[in-house]
Amino acid sequence: MLLEACSLCYSVLYSSILAVLAGMVRLITHNLLACHAKGCTSNNFPLQFQDAAIELRDAEFNADFLRGFLPRIEWPALVGAARQLGDASLPAEQPEMLDDEFLQKLHHVLLEIHVEEGAMVCPNCKHVYPISNGIPNMLLAEHEIG
Amino acid sequence: MSRPELVAPPEIYYGDIEAKKYTNNSRIQQIQADMTYRALELLNLPEGEPAFLLDIGCGSGLSGEILDEEGYLWVGVDVAPSMLEVALEREVEGDLFLQDIGQGFGFRPGSFDGAISISVLQWLLNAETSHPTSSPPHRLTRFFTTLHAALKNPSRAILQFYPTSDDQIQLITSIAQKAGFGGGIVVDYPNSKKARKVFLCLFVGGGGGQQQLPKGLEGEEDEEAEGRVQFEKRRERLRAKEKGGKRKNPKDKDWILKKKELYRQRGKEDVPRDSKYTGRKRKPVF
Repeated sequence: MLLEACSLCYSVLYSSILAVLAGMVRLITHNLLACHAKGCTSNNFPLQFQDAAIELRDAEFNADFLRGFLPRIEWPALVGAARQLGDASLPAEQPEMLDDEFLQKLHHVLLEIHVEEGAMVCPNCKHVYPISNGIPNMLLAEHEIG
Repeated sequence: MSRPELVAPPEIYYGDIEAKKYTNNSRIQQIQADMTYRALELLNLPEGEPAFLLDIGCGSGLSGEILDEEGYLWVGVDVAPSMLEVALEREVEGDLFLQDIGQGFGFRPGSFDGAISISVLQWLLNAETSHPTSSPPHRLTRFFTTLHAALKNPSRAILQFYPTSDDQIQLITSIAQKAGFGGGIVVDYPNSKKARKVFLCLFVGGGGGQQQLPKGLEGEEDEEAEGRVQFEKRRERLRAKEKGGKRKNPKDKDWILKKKELYRQRGKEDVPRDSKYTGRKRKPVF
């Protein structure tokens, strides 16, 4: 009986924590994401944030991963997206020297800023990808499929 | 039991109830985990480098959890919102996208170090509407071409799926080839009905067949034996003894007496009397 009550409390507590910890769009994936609607092949990157509600969450720092990932990043797009979300810690030009201070900043921008609500809009075809609960809806209507 | 992909489209089949059922089923969890580990093995990522992976049809994050444990960063896409909701509840680390893989991806070229997909591809083989973009070849083409673009060179994509026929395998591999992939099918445990698993191993780049197709696992699956009762040699020996020894005549005295009793109960006439001679073997006269 006692045990049952405890597990019930636990599950209630647990679900209330879950309500706080929802999904996420991080800038690392935003930086890889272009519009994929039919015929939208140029100027379709980066998607612009709209009414973005952000949340900061700590993530494990991994310098090796960041160094390896850096060549894949579109730097101006990342800086632009970060500024849109109110983070101006990154320099406009990608620095040559990858010192620890810079990697920490990069880590914060790439992996710790989460967009919870809002939308992403294609700069070219204006297709709106809504974000709810941290999950972007990338579904296309029938006539938009390439 | 019919195949779920024949019942309804994935986003409808995996509604709230089915998504919970799927995720909480310990047998499915085990199978998914085994296949995810095997897929990672086939992915053959360079060791010690944290990779950025794509989980196609991540569902409730059963495989994503393993990617987390193994220290990979990943992005998951799935078309069933209920499954993604369960994934949120399970607090997986990857970024989740609501996306229909048959519509293609929008990821920039060379985004990922590899891709895995567990039990998903068969869902692309059914047309849901009559619109031309809904036909399986069109959806497969769209999927493979955009996937090929999203992977870096060289890399691999490992897609486990459940084909119903060789024609389906043929269709899938030919479209993947046209999209630019190398590689082929790897079948684990080809002779086992239950443990048989089909993996589509696709290679991006690698310069003229340098990437060798890995071998499928042979023999019977070990894990299956663990769930069974331990093998008992004693019983096996006992059975051999019974079989090997002289068989007793089944129609002994007891059997005859039983039969006669049965006949009497049924009211059959002329049932011989029981005596000390009943069921006795005649002595050779000469």
